[in-house]
Amino acid sequence: MTLQTTGSNGNDHKSSVPAEIDYDDPRTTRFEKVKAAARQDGVEIVHYEPQFPERGSKTEKRMTRTVSLMFLLVGLFGTAFVVLYIAWPWRWEQGNVLMKWYTPLLGITLGLTALFIGFAILTWGKKLLPREVSIQERHDGGSPEGDRRAVGQTLAYMVEELGVKRRPLLGLAAAAGLAPVAVVFAAPIVGGLIKNPHADNQMFTTGWAPIKEANGGTRLIRLTREDGTPIRPGDVSAGGQMTVFPGIPGGASNAHADSPTLLIHLRPDDGAVARANNVKGTGHNKFSTADFMYGDFIAYSKICTHAGCPASLYEQQTNRLLCPCHQSQFLITDNAKPVFGPASRSLPQLPLAVDDEGYFVAKSDYQATVGPDFWERP
Amino acid sequence: MKRRKIDVRTLPAKAGNEVEDRLGVATPLRGIINKVFPDHWSFLLGEIALFSFIVLLLTGTFLTLFFEPSMKEVTYDGSYAPLRGVHMSAAYASSLDLSFDVRGGLIMRQMHHWAALVFMGAIVVHMLRIFFTGAFRKPREVNWIIGSLLFWIGFLAGFTGYSLPDDGLSGTGLRIASAIMLSIPLIGTWLTSSIFNGEFPGEIIISRFFIAHVLLIPALLVALISVHLALVFKQKHTQWPGPGRTNNNVVGERFFPRYTIKQAGFFMAVAGVIALLAGAMQINPIWLFGPYEAGVVSAASQPDWYVMFLDGSTRLMPAWQINIGIGNGYVIPPIFWPTVVLPGFLTMLPMLYPFIEARLNRDNKIHNLLQRPRDVPQRTALGMMAVAFFLVLVLSGGNDVIADKFNISLNAMTWAGRIGLLLLPPIAYYVTYRICLGLQQHDREVLAHGVETGIIRRAPDGRFYEVHQPLGHDHEELEYAGWVVPKKMNRLGALGPALKGFFRPIERPAEAPVSPGHPPIEPAPERREIESKH
Repeated sequence: MTLQTTGSNGNDHKSSVPAEIDYDDPRTTRFEKVKAAARQDGVEIVHYEPQFPERGSKTEKRMTRTVSLMFLLVGLFGTAFVVLYIAWPWRWEQGNVLMKWYTPLLGITLGLTALFIGFAILTWGKKLLPREVSIQERHDGGSPEGDRRAVGQTLAYMVEELGVKRRPLLGLAAAAGLAPVAVVFAAPIVGGLIKNPHADNQMFTTGWAPIKEANGGTRLIRLTREDGTPIRPGDVSAGGQMTVFPGIPGGASNAHADSPTLLIHLRPDDGAVARANNVKGTGHNKFSTADFMYGDFIAYSKICTHAGCPASLYEQQTNRLLCPCHQSQFLITDNAKPVFGPASRSLPQLPLAVDDEGYFVAKSDYQATVGPDFWERP
Repeated sequence: MKRRKIDVRTLPAKAGNEVEDRLGVATPLRGIINKVFPDHWSFLLGEIALFSFIVLLLTGTFLTLFFEPSMKEVTYDGSYAPLRGVHMSAAYASSLDLSFDVRGGLIMRQMHHWAALVFMGAIVVHMLRIFFTGAFRKPREVNWIIGSLLFWIGFLAGFTGYSLPDDGLSGTGLRIASAIMLSIPLIGTWLTSSIFNGEFPGEIIISRFFIAHVLLIPALLVALISVHLALVFKQKHTQWPGPGRTNNNVVGERFFPRYTIKQAGFFMAVAGVIALLAGAMQINPIWLFGPYEAGVVSAASQPDWYVMFLDGSTRLMPAWQINIGIGNGYVIPPIFWPTVVLPGFLTMLPMLYPFIEARLNRDNKIHNLLQRPRDVPQRTALGMMAVAFFLVLVLSGGNDVIADKFNISLNAMTWAGRIGLLLLPPIAYYVTYRICLGLQQHDREVLAHGVETGIIRRAPDGRFYEVHQPLGHDHEELEYAGWVVPKKMNRLGALGPALKGFFRPIERPAEAPVSPGHPPIEPAPERREIESKH
């Protein structure tokens, strides 16, 4: 449509434009015919100047050679690309240096091929073709008044003919009847996707929730390494830390993305401070964290309460835990409360104990909500 | 039908006539061929975006032939030894295969990623050009809105794309995205669980992102880009003011041949640069990040550059949590403001800007002539304010890397970002405003008094003064036209023009151009209505 507008606009505007061009007139040059044709589109070629006033001048020849050379280089690099693509060792092998050059060589040869095609075309167009300045008229402000009126009148007439004004019942009935259709279209899309976020209380439970046994008792979840082996207090030296996962099937997998926990063995004096602060509580929690530690061991959720990244950079000297994503910092010895950065909530603390066999277990699931914050968190 | 003798010279004409009889293309084609495009280097910025989009489509199609959008757990046994035997998603494994076990797969992956960075970069620079020159004014507001939408859809395309490999870095980004969605009041949890089909990460998000990334978003991009180009074609390109150029004409080159040739050449050049980047500079080496695990992250995990400003805003946001004490209590977490509200503003404000400016200026006219940034100081200053805001956010998105490399305290970097975000934009506004006025002043000075000649004269009474070469006849003061004013004598042709040529001067130096890149224009005699003042 847009194309046609440009095409036809020229005709109805130009009075100075000759209506017919005699394309067979031998007295006019082809360029004059081109010029006349351009005028039909409201285009005036006002300046058309060959780059080289004298044909076959030294500069012209040099420019021709330059462009030719570029095309030859295209062939050279293109061939190099194909040869490298086929012949160069490309499969990954430990310690193979040649293989590492495969991708760079492909990129460089392919890039140079395309670049030289580009430069050759550009130089040809810019340096060998005549310079020109053409002027085209603009026709802003939309369609002619007549066309506007025509469309307006036709549309108004159509509305009249439909007669919604005369027959209001029709309009009302159509509106009332069609309204549910919008829902009909939306329902399958929305309905299929929608998923209750609170099914199984999933926002508030993690893999650490004790499992109800068949005999009515509950089994506490062990703290395990990524490979599933349980951990004894002796496995973490003072000042050390370890990422632990719930000892359930798939506990270390992404199916339990809220469960990764950082087990920290504080040095005795830090441990005393942490315990005292645990007793004091944060003021926000509605539960007591007084007995959450085990000796000098303390465990916090690794999932940042800000955006859910693993807060994993533990600075021993200051007992701060830093999240590398947005630099929230949590003070481990004071209920892991946020001390800097955009996080507004303490890391939830996991209540620790040791079972009969001497392995760490979680006394219960996290009491506070794990992970990024959301609207309906109480 | 007696003699079948084929005259080769008439073949093209004959073939043309056959096509014409059936399709009738000559009339529209004449219009296209004759269409005039104005020429200026800054008009090519949008084309970089278009051309890199074509590269994206081509390389992306190749990648889909090998990528498996599935989160099913597999054990890797491809060529890359360090990860052999590791459990990972099929998506990550197939991305590794694309990098190591498909011949030339890595160069395609890297070209795709680099093309995406170039695409977004070109969009931003193109938008800056449009903004600072006032090209968004009536009648082009719709194209400006489409352009802003293209940025955000490109942003989504980029995010869904780099999330697909399901590596350690992109998984972290996905988790942050889920946290952002969670933070939305009222509907956050419902939205997140609907998108992830349950709790993060679920088992289907990669498949959903895949179809969004390879079908829904590209379809939207293609549709909007088509409308964008069609509108440029229909409304004709804006042009700089200059000799012979008015609000009612287009001065430049016809579509064919020079403009087309330049486009073709420029496309190949853009593709070439992308290939060179992809070959010479490694990008997103997913095999180093390992598969995504919820408990693992490395320091310096930055998103692609066009997402970094949101990362920065998230880092700078103070921990302001809003508690609403109704019932059990409700929360608006601090991450909601920099990642949902701020982008909301950043989407709406630019789209409304053309109308706001027109309203303030009571301007309902059609504008086809561009404005130099110095001639509209308020707009230019506002734009620089936005740029300063954006830059502080981008830099803050990498503040941990800056802190590490330059040995600065991380907290100090955050505070510098917080203060800088509030302080630098107004400073940028003021400085830009003054610079604009200064540049304008200098142009007016030349118009009033002429060009500095460098000739110092001593008057009989001992005074020294510099001789100025007036531009107008008989010391008449010239009107300010909003276009380049000659400031050196050789620009007037009074001195020999600066010689061009890299190794040796080109034979015939170009005439002193009145508008750069163009030979002087002598308006056609029958078109005297063109004002010569512009």
